[in-house]
Amino acid sequence: MSIRERLSGNEAAATAMKQINPDVVAAFPITPSTEIPQYFSTFVDNGLVDTEFVAVESEHSAMSACIGAESAGARAMTATSANGLSLMWEMIYIASSLRLPIVMSLVNRAVSGPLNIHNDHSDAMGVRDSGWIQLFSETNQEAYDNLIMAHRIAENKDVLLPLMVCQDGFITSHSIENIELIEDEKVKEFVGEYHPEHYLLNRNEPIAVGPLDVQTYLFEHKYQQAEAMRNAKKVILEVAKEFEKLTGRKYGLFEEYKLEDAEIAIVCMNSTAGTTKDVVDSLRERGIKAGLLKVRVFRPFPAEEIAEALKHLKAIAVLDKADSLNGVGGALFEDVATGMYINKTTIPMASYVYGIGGRDTTAKDIESVFSDLIKDSKKEKIENPYRYIGLRKE
Amino acid sequence: MNDMIEIRWHGRGGQGAKTASLLLADAAFNTGKYIQGFPEYGPERMGAPITAYNRISSSPIRIHSNIYEPDYVVVVDDTLLESVDVTAGLKQEGAIVINTVKENEEIKKLLKGYNGKIFKIDARKVSMETLGKYFPNTPMLAAIVKVSKIMNEDEFLKDMEGSFKHKFAKKPEVIDGNMKALQLALKELKEV
Repeated sequence: MSIRERLSGNEAAATAMKQINPDVVAAFPITPSTEIPQYFSTFVDNGLVDTEFVAVESEHSAMSACIGAESAGARAMTATSANGLSLMWEMIYIASSLRLPIVMSLVNRAVSGPLNIHNDHSDAMGVRDSGWIQLFSETNQEAYDNLIMAHRIAENKDVLLPLMVCQDGFITSHSIENIELIEDEKVKEFVGEYHPEHYLLNRNEPIAVGPLDVQTYLFEHKYQQAEAMRNAKKVILEVAKEFEKLTGRKYGLFEEYKLEDAEIAIVCMNSTAGTTKDVVDSLRERGIKAGLLKVRVFRPFPAEEIAEALKHLKAIAVLDKADSLNGVGGALFEDVATGMYINKTTIPMASYVYGIGGRDTTAKDIESVFSDLIKDSKKEKIENPYRYIGLRKE
Repeated sequence: MNDMIEIRWHGRGGQGAKTASLLLADAAFNTGKYIQGFPEYGPERMGAPITAYNRISSSPIRIHSNIYEPDYVVVVDDTLLESVDVTAGLKQEGAIVINTVKENEEIKKLLKGYNGKIFKIDARKVSMETLGKYFPNTPMLAAIVKVSKIMNEDEFLKDMEGSFKHKFAKKPEVIDGNMKALQLALKELKEV
C-alpha cells in the first residue's frame, strides 16, 4: 500500500533522498531549491539517514565534493538551481567525463541576468550537452518518482553517467499537492546497494582518476560518453518497467496525452504539461482533436520515437521555457525538428518561447497556441515559426 | 466530476497568508480531497502585499498557473482594499471575506460594485482575545472554511486540533489558544 501524502515538490525531492539514503550529500543553498538540502540536513541531524552531509561554501565545491565522493566509491547527491548550476559548470563536465553517476535535483530557475529567481528552463538548457541525463517532471509526484529511479539508471554499467531530475521552481517546488509515497523498505530494495566496479578506495585495484587525456585518447573517451548516452534510453525504459511493477505508475521516454487521434499537438516539458492536459480536454469537448506530447527524457533525446509519435499530425507547437537566443528557436524545438527531418516527416511546426523568468502560463495562453495551430494546419508552409506566448509588446 | 474550488488570499508579508493557505490545503487534504496550496513569490518584504492560492477538488488537479477567476477571496489586511484590486476576476456567485472593522457601507464602496456576497470578521479582536497577540491567519482560516463550506465545522475543528498538536509539538501551550481562535472566528463572522 502506498502512502497518501501532501508535499511540496522540494519536500518530495528531500523525501526521496531520505529514502535513498545516499552516502554523501554536498550542497549549497540557492532559491528555489534551498529547501531540499535544508530538509535533508534535518534528516541527518535527526538520525533518519546515515549520510555524510557536506555543507560546502559554493556550488563549485558542492559538485567537486560529489565528484570526490563518487570517485571514492560512494553514492552522492546534490541539489541546485540556476546560478548555482552555472557556478558548477566546470565540474559538471568533469563529473560526466569521469563517468560518475551523481544524482542531482535541479529546481529550474532563470539564469541571471538580469537577476530573477523565478522559473524557466534556462539553467537545464545551459547544460543540455554536458553529458548528463536529464529527466523532467510535471508534478511533485514525478520529481519524486524520477529520483527513486535515478540511481538505477545512472549506475547501470552500460550507462555510468550523472543524472539530473528537473522540476519547475516555485510552480511545483513550492506548491503543496497530493502525492503517493512508496514505503521506505520498498525504496531501499528498489534502489539497491551501490557497488561500483572501479573506485579509488579499492586497495586491490589502485587507479588514477582524472589524469591528462591527450590527443590519442580524448576522442575515444568522448565517443564512449556518447555511446553511454545512447545506451541510457534502453536502461531508462527497463527501470521504468520495474518501477511500474512496484507502484503501478507508468513512465516512458515521453508521455502521450490524447495524441493517437490528434490533429494538432503541443510538445512541452514540466508543469505546463498539466495545464495543457486540461486545455486538451476542454478542446476535445468542443470537437477539436488536440493532443499533447510531454517530454520526460530530454537527454538522451528520443528523436526517432518522438518523430514517430508526431508523424500523423497536421500542425505542431513546441514550447520552450528558455530562449536559445540563436535566431532560430528554442532547444526543444530544434531537437524535435531534427528528429522529424531525419525521419523524413515534414509537418508545419512552430517554436514558442514562453514562461521566461516566471511569467505565468495560463490555460488561455495554451488555448491561443492551439488556435494558431488550427490555422497553421491548413497551410503548406508555416509563417513566422519563431513565436512567443505571453510576451508584452509595449 | 468538476467541483474544483479556487481561492485567492491577499495579505501582507509576515501576516501568515501563505501559512493559512497551506493549513487550508492540509485540512482539505485530510478530508480526502485533492489540493494545491501555493504562494505567488514576488520580491517579498515584511509588510509588502502578497498573494497565495488554493485549489481544492474531488479529482486530481493538473493545472499549474495562478488563479485569475477565484470562487472566493480572503483579505487578511484591509489596508489592501485601497491598493490592490482584490475582487479582480472574483465570481459573482462567489464571496469575499475581509478582516476589517470598517462599516458595511465603507466596505462596499471600497469593493467598487462587487455584487457577490461579502463577509467580514474582526480577526484582530479574535486573535487578541484568544492568543493575546495579533495572528490574523488562524481566524481567517476558520472564516473561509465557514464561507466556502469546504468541510463541516466540527470536522474542520477536529482536524485542526490534530494539525496544531503536530505543528506545535514543542509549544503545546499555544494549541488551546489557536483552537479558541478558530471557534470564536466561526461565531464572529458576519455577512455585510
